[in-house]
Amino acid sequence: MPVVDYKDVQAMVRFGFGKMTEACYYLVHIKNAAAAKEWLLKMQAHITTAEITPSLRTALQVAFTRQGLEALGVPERVIAGFSTEFITGMTGDPSRSRRLGDVGANSPDQWRWGYKDEVKDEVPHAVVMLFAYPGQLEDCKQSIQKEFWSEAFQVMECLPTNDMGGREAFGFVDGISQPDLDWEQLRKVSRNCDQLTYGNTVCLGEFLLGYPNEYDRYTDRPLLDPADPGADQLLQAPDQPDKKDLGLNGTYVVFRQLKQDVRGFWQFLDRATGSARLQRYQLAEAMVGRTLGDGAPLVPMSSNPIPGVGNNGDQATRKQDVRLNQFTYDSDAAGTACPFGAHIRRANPRNADIPGGLQGWFMHLLRILGFGNKNVRADLISSTRFHRILRRGREYGEKLSPDDALQTAPEHDSERGLQFLAVNANIQRQFEFVQNAWIMRTKFDGMTEESDPLLGNREPVAGCPFTNTFSLPQDGRVRQRIMDVPQFITVVGGAYLFLPSMRAIRYLATIGALLEKS
Amino acid sequence: MTPQSHVLVIAPVKMECEAELRALLGSMNSKPGQANPENPIVPFGQFEQIHFARFVILTDRTEEDIHTLYGLPAVHYPVTLAFFADFDGTADDFRADLAARAGEGLQHIFSFCQDFTPGADLARWMKDHESPAATMYMNWRGRTVTEIRQENALRLDLECHIQENQEAFSKMTPEQVHKALQEFVTAEIYRSRLNLDRPKRTPFGWWLRNFIHLIGVPIILLVLTPFVILYSPVFIYQLRSREKTDKQYAPRVSPCDEAKLGNLEDYDVTNQFTVVGGIKPGLFRRWLMSYLLWLVEYTTRHIFIRGHLARVSTIHAARWVFMNDKKRMVFASNYDGSLDSYMDDFINKVGWGLNLVFSNGMSYPRTDWLVLNGSKNEQPYKYVLRRHQLPTEVWYKAYPGLTVFDLKRNTLIRRGIEKKYMSDEELREWVALF
Repeated sequence: MPVVDYKDVQAMVRFGFGKMTEACYYLVHIKNAAAAKEWLLKMQAHITTAEITPSLRTALQVAFTRQGLEALGVPERVIAGFSTEFITGMTGDPSRSRRLGDVGANSPDQWRWGYKDEVKDEVPHAVVMLFAYPGQLEDCKQSIQKEFWSEAFQVMECLPTNDMGGREAFGFVDGISQPDLDWEQLRKVSRNCDQLTYGNTVCLGEFLLGYPNEYDRYTDRPLLDPADPGADQLLQAPDQPDKKDLGLNGTYVVFRQLKQDVRGFWQFLDRATGSARLQRYQLAEAMVGRTLGDGAPLVPMSSNPIPGVGNNGDQATRKQDVRLNQFTYDSDAAGTACPFGAHIRRANPRNADIPGGLQGWFMHLLRILGFGNKNVRADLISSTRFHRILRRGREYGEKLSPDDALQTAPEHDSERGLQFLAVNANIQRQFEFVQNAWIMRTKFDGMTEESDPLLGNREPVAGCPFTNTFSLPQDGRVRQRIMDVPQFITVVGGAYLFLPSMRAIRYLATIGALLEKS
Repeated sequence: MTPQSHVLVIAPVKMECEAELRALLGSMNSKPGQANPENPIVPFGQFEQIHFARFVILTDRTEEDIHTLYGLPAVHYPVTLAFFADFDGTADDFRADLAARAGEGLQHIFSFCQDFTPGADLARWMKDHESPAATMYMNWRGRTVTEIRQENALRLDLECHIQENQEAFSKMTPEQVHKALQEFVTAEIYRSRLNLDRPKRTPFGWWLRNFIHLIGVPIILLVLTPFVILYSPVFIYQLRSREKTDKQYAPRVSPCDEAKLGNLEDYDVTNQFTVVGGIKPGLFRRWLMSYLLWLVEYTTRHIFIRGHLARVSTIHAARWVFMNDKKRMVFASNYDGSLDSYMDDFINKVGWGLNLVFSNGMSYPRTDWLVLNGSKNEQPYKYVLRRHQLPTEVWYKAYPGLTVFDLKRNTLIRRGIEKKYMSDEELREWVALF
């Protein structure tokens, strides 16, 4: 396997820039393609790569929508090589919006950005992301806005972020669980055999184009003929040596701006629990699946180590990762420790390809035929390893503690939420699948009338009396059910982006110019 | 038990009438592709025996594949109209009922077909144009639409009762919950708020035929075994030499076509799926596919009759039907979730089963030993299926909002209610169904 050329990969695939607590996202329209290309050429040396540079104090990342690539003059033939969901865009097809739960209050035509119709075009062409150590963001902003910036771009919006001390707006520790990327490409997956246990290490090809994915295949991406304009700047496609690879070392980024009703969340829980503080916290924890304190899971730690948990960072970090992530739901088949519908149980069900764990060949055969499971829910959820996303989100708005959130909102209360960013190589199989089949679906894991307690849109489903409940299975008792859970999170913007490799950025920065010459 | 039956009527559409027919079919819908149950043409909702029904205009954009891949002349099949229905009871009763209650609308629809004479005996004409399924899967043998609806009403009533008395129920043991709910149901039935019909007696003729099939197929297989063993080296050679040279052809469907198919999906918790494709040329593949489907049919008749097809518990009903002298096949199914989930099940849960049958279809991703690779080649596989998919003009499901698992849970709840005695373990599992 070729070693990854870290200098060719934008840094956010490898790092979360945790110490750079300040960040913002410029959503821009390309006014002048030539100037935009000049800006890219000038700035490319400042775009942060995945190579480890300890002295780094600021970071710059650039990603494009399909509209952005078109504005830069990328030929249609090349654009056709990107994935359908990227070409259509997050808001370009009503059936996609239905699947993502972007209906009702989440409907794209009400978004602040990301939607296009006959009247308005609010789909950004590019997103310029800045990250900085405390106090250095302003300088960083200045540094990118030099020379061709104002000529090249119309800034639609500069989305702010706010460090809430590693917690998301509702008050829970955020970003605890991430897939472990197999940068060394040591992971071996069999094309035809099931993985019998859950692991957290995921093939690099799930997050970076041009490498084998969990199916041991290369995800489709735009490939060019060597004779195509600009193709000489690109590397050979690893799986098709006669092609030049525009996708290699690049990936897709899903951007969604999520508005969180923090007061609404805590005030609802307060009403649902009769204003008892402890019960309020417990219900919130059941909805999330982790404790409010340090984010420990509600299910007990599993005795066996999980591959890819606790193998990064210093010893303290590793220990912490084991404490927070060495668990599966095998020990909680009844959902009494962590409800089936808890946010983290939906977003990452931590199952293997087939239930039952390590097993004899006869049981395995029985299970392949769909028999041998005692529990009726045993085999309802798809295998997790094909549906992982790498989250790189940041909070925005003023921090508000869970107890302060019970107060009535002052006039001009700050809006709070999450700039949700997820990295994945196959938007449809990764982000969209998780969002549709696991988060929004009222029938997830055999449930009947509830979507994700945090993210659910509570939109009605024909034939179902409710979609706004939250069930808490009880040990040896009939379930408890919370009724009338309101919508807490509203989508207010979003786009599918291509995060190009450094070579692809050089291609983009020169493509039109070369075309003009020829 | 009342066994379900299935009907598929296929008839060529009159030249130049396709657009008009599509418009007529479209007028039966309340949302794109979603039948209005009370539409005046075929008011599906009034037929209490219909589980699923659909109208599809069968065209084939992959007709040229045989020329592209094998250099053989492409055959252009006439555009046909297909009417699928899955229902309780016998096909004869169903046709007669359709003719009696929706005769006028169906006459109108079928008048777009070449050999339909207005005023013809509709039931007779339909029967003459039926294509039998090579394999038919129904997720729960003998559970009628009426039972499904009654069991769902039962669950909703019980959930509501538990919710209204949550405080009291939270203190009860499973045994007490069971008893309290049984008493509640008895009272509800007495007040005519609930109704749980006893299943009808299984028709003897059906039972006998099914029993003969159950015994007969293994006997035939046993008798054939020596021949199969003798033939197997030849078979392996024939199969492997073909598998090594068969061509995969998987261009991605354009975003525009993708959107057209997507426009018909994800309104209900269940979706429809119709694909048409050619079978690889030559007798070997044709016979192999017939033989394999004959075996699969045995499993769907006798083994997979309780809520799952191998590991897949999201398919309500599915059928494989040969057309045009076994040169083509139509596959139609009703599945829970979005297409992405369905494809995921196909690849990760029953990839081997899909390969077994569909690898005999043209352009399918290369398989090895019939069951390996194939659908595990994720993206080409998804492209091939999407490319062969046809828009389902009208689709009806009798119980919106209910998944296969919902139906199973409701049945398990009902069985618990009707049981006098359950062990502690069974009681715990039963109470966890709510």
